Amino acid sequence: MALPNKPLGELKAVRDPEVVEMEVDILIVGGGMAACGTAFEVKKWASDDTKILLCDKAAMERSGAVAQGLSAINTYIGENTPDDYTRMVRNDLMGIIREDLSFDVGRHVDDSVHLFEEWGLPMWKKSAEGKTMDGKKGLKMGLLKDGAKPVRTGKWQIMINGESYKRIVAEAAKKALGEENILERVFIVELLNDKNDPSKIAGAVGFSTRENKIYIIKCQTMMVACGGAVNIYQPRSIGEGKGRAWYPVWNAGSTYTMCLRAGAELSMMENRFTPARFKDGYGPVGAWFLLFKAHLENGIGENYAASDRSKEELAHFAPYGTAAITPTCLRNHLMIFEMKAGRGPIIMKTTLALAKLGETMDKKELKHLESEAWEDFLDMTCGQANLWCATNTEPEKKDSEIMPTEPYLLGSHSGCCGLWCSGPDEDWVPESYKWGVGDKVYNRMTTVPGLFTAGDGVGCSGHKFSSGSHYEGRVAAKGMVQYITDNPFKPELAETKEELVELVWKPVRTYLDNCEFTTAQNLNPNYCKPDGMALRLMKATNEYGGGTATYYQTSSKALEILIDDLLFMMHEDCEKLAAGDLHELMRCWEIFHRLYTVEAHVRHIQFRKETRYPGFYYQADFPGQDDEEWFCFVNSSYDRKANEWTMKKEPYHRIIPMK
Amino acid sequence: MPSYVIAEKCDGCKGGDKTACMYICPNDLMVLDPTAMKAYNQEPDQCWECFSCVKICPSQAIEVRGYSDFVPMGSSIMPMMGTEDIMWTCKFRNGVIKRFKFPIRTTSEGSANAYNDLKGKDLSSALLATEEADGATLARPLELA
Repeated sequence: MALPNKPLGELKAVRDPEVVEMEVDILIVGGGMAACGTAFEVKKWASDDTKILLCDKAAMERSGAVAQGLSAINTYIGENTPDDYTRMVRNDLMGIIREDLSFDVGRHVDDSVHLFEEWGLPMWKKSAEGKTMDGKKGLKMGLLKDGAKPVRTGKWQIMINGESYKRIVAEAAKKALGEENILERVFIVELLNDKNDPSKIAGAVGFSTRENKIYIIKCQTMMVACGGAVNIYQPRSIGEGKGRAWYPVWNAGSTYTMCLRAGAELSMMENRFTPARFKDGYGPVGAWFLLFKAHLENGIGENYAASDRSKEELAHFAPYGTAAITPTCLRNHLMIFEMKAGRGPIIMKTTLALAKLGETMDKKELKHLESEAWEDFLDMTCGQANLWCATNTEPEKKDSEIMPTEPYLLGSHSGCCGLWCSGPDEDWVPESYKWGVGDKVYNRMTTVPGLFTAGDGVGCSGHKFSSGSHYEGRVAAKGMVQYITDNPFKPELAETKEELVELVWKPVRTYLDNCEFTTAQNLNPNYCKPDGMALRLMKATNEYGGGTATYYQTSSKALEILIDDLLFMMHEDCEKLAAGDLHELMRCWEIFHRLYTVEAHVRHIQFRKETRYPGFYYQADFPGQDDEEWFCFVNSSYDRKANEWTMKKEPYHRIIPMK
Repeated sequence: MPSYVIAEKCDGCKGGDKTACMYICPNDLMVLDPTAMKAYNQEPDQCWECFSCVKICPSQAIEVRGYSDFVPMGSSIMPMMGTEDIMWTCKFRNGVIKRFKFPIRTTSEGSANAYNDLKGKDLSSALLATEEADGATLARPLELA
């Protein structure tokens, strides 16, 4: 047998890849819900001779956070108002959001939901007798657009049969854009500024994960939506279980890092999401709370959330803790409060909930109810269903444990980190919330002219979810067409072709230069492999950056060690990442993206001298909220030439009055 | 809960125009060994248990077992994709078997209306193309703070 010091993967990387140079007008980076929105909308506004290209790291049919499906659409306004939607988002995110962006999502999001239904996504409806009708039966009850009543679980969420949600949305997107304008399995890794005006975006570079091929793409404008960031903190699961992430494990922080390095300002990167989910399967809990009315008990059988002790604890965080609806982070806080006091684990009483529902139902209805409970998992977190099978958990007979997960960074779900983006061009939008070029304003443009984002990319406006992300992709499409119509230019890159090849392909060349030095390719003093670097990052954040190891607590000293020492060394060692095959090259660039995103996250926590989101993280030196000093956004930027970070406060403006 | 490929059933999609699991995996995990003409999961610890490969495999050669750090043995869940529904067979450790059928779409595959003939009119407005076509008006906050 040959020595194991040769590349292992099936698609070996060669020293000199083919280089494809392209020039388009509009580049779409990403293929998830937001990018599908852009793909659907863009040609409806662009002139017929506009060249448009979409690059997806995966296959659009199953890429992004909705790849597996979803059991609900979490944002559908329907009979409610965008004003109340904005209030809900603001309350859940501890008071500080961009109300212009949330209101804008609220007034447009239903149009995307109506399209989904038209395209074939089954929506649950309520019959006149109050029964649930799904699939084609639901369709017979009429369309949501025509006023048919959806099945609500909570004020904003509607239930769907969503196994094929992404396939349906991608189908329309691909048809609208044209297959010839889509490159799948092309991973864009770095954005490029214009040679003549470096403040502008002018292109991007990436590579194929299927062939030894680099793409250098010039463009006038670009929409980047590659999701949030996952596997940035040590997951609770270990070994083979590292893939058991609540959010999609392939979200590598690419959106934040690429835009940041191109000069765009990030905002509220201190915000994170640590959802409380079914332990070890990470199945959704929303339907169990809202549809089946289950409650939680602590380890000694108390409904702790309703206890006086919990009310007292919440009062420490007034006015947020005493709001009519407790913000998500504070609900987490109560759970952690119980666990730290030794009153864990936290158990969801599925048995009691189903027994209670069963009191008023006949056998057939009960059977349907059971099916609904399983569909909730099988439509979006299949693994949770398998875990119930493996542990003999029939929810009517055996309760399940709930646990807050490791931290995630995202801007579309119940978190609000992301890029600082312009809002719409309207008189009710404060001046500091809208910008563009000259006196023109481009909705969802970042602070870099020509660079747009959507979905997880847009900061300060969580609770958009799948439908809101699709809308944001659509409005960014319109913004991009406005931008190139008002500001046409010929993009030129500052970097030569050779420099870009050297940049993208560096891990391959490092590998080939050194792999035969030792007898085993994974152990070599001259390079590091991305899997090791990923573990190194997750260990550092877990121990110093407020991971599960410390119940999400960090401190000024811990942050100093993490940023000045550990992350500093990781940046240096990233220069020695090595890839023997194309898959490994993808992993190298993903860890590079994760590293900058994590650095932004912990620098924001360090800058904000308070604990805005107890339950998501705790800055031990500054517990609780300090509204006097910190009722504002925190924005950061990075100068990639000087390797310098800049942090600043950005004022908050209230647009929608309190009720 | 990584996916695995049953050697006997996998034929590397030799009759098709692409290796289905390799085409679909959102995390680039499924690869084809062109000598053996069989696919495998090259990085099980990055598998999201999304079942995309299981659902698309034309030979039903791919299944999933639980992650080895918790309860990898004793159960299986297996989907069967149709054009309108998906059927699931869920086998418990104790022998209980549950079967479920859920709708997946109400229209035929490929029929989604992309509105390719729709052209927006007012580029400067904040309305989307379909909103404009429907004659929608742009909402503004009911009252301002």
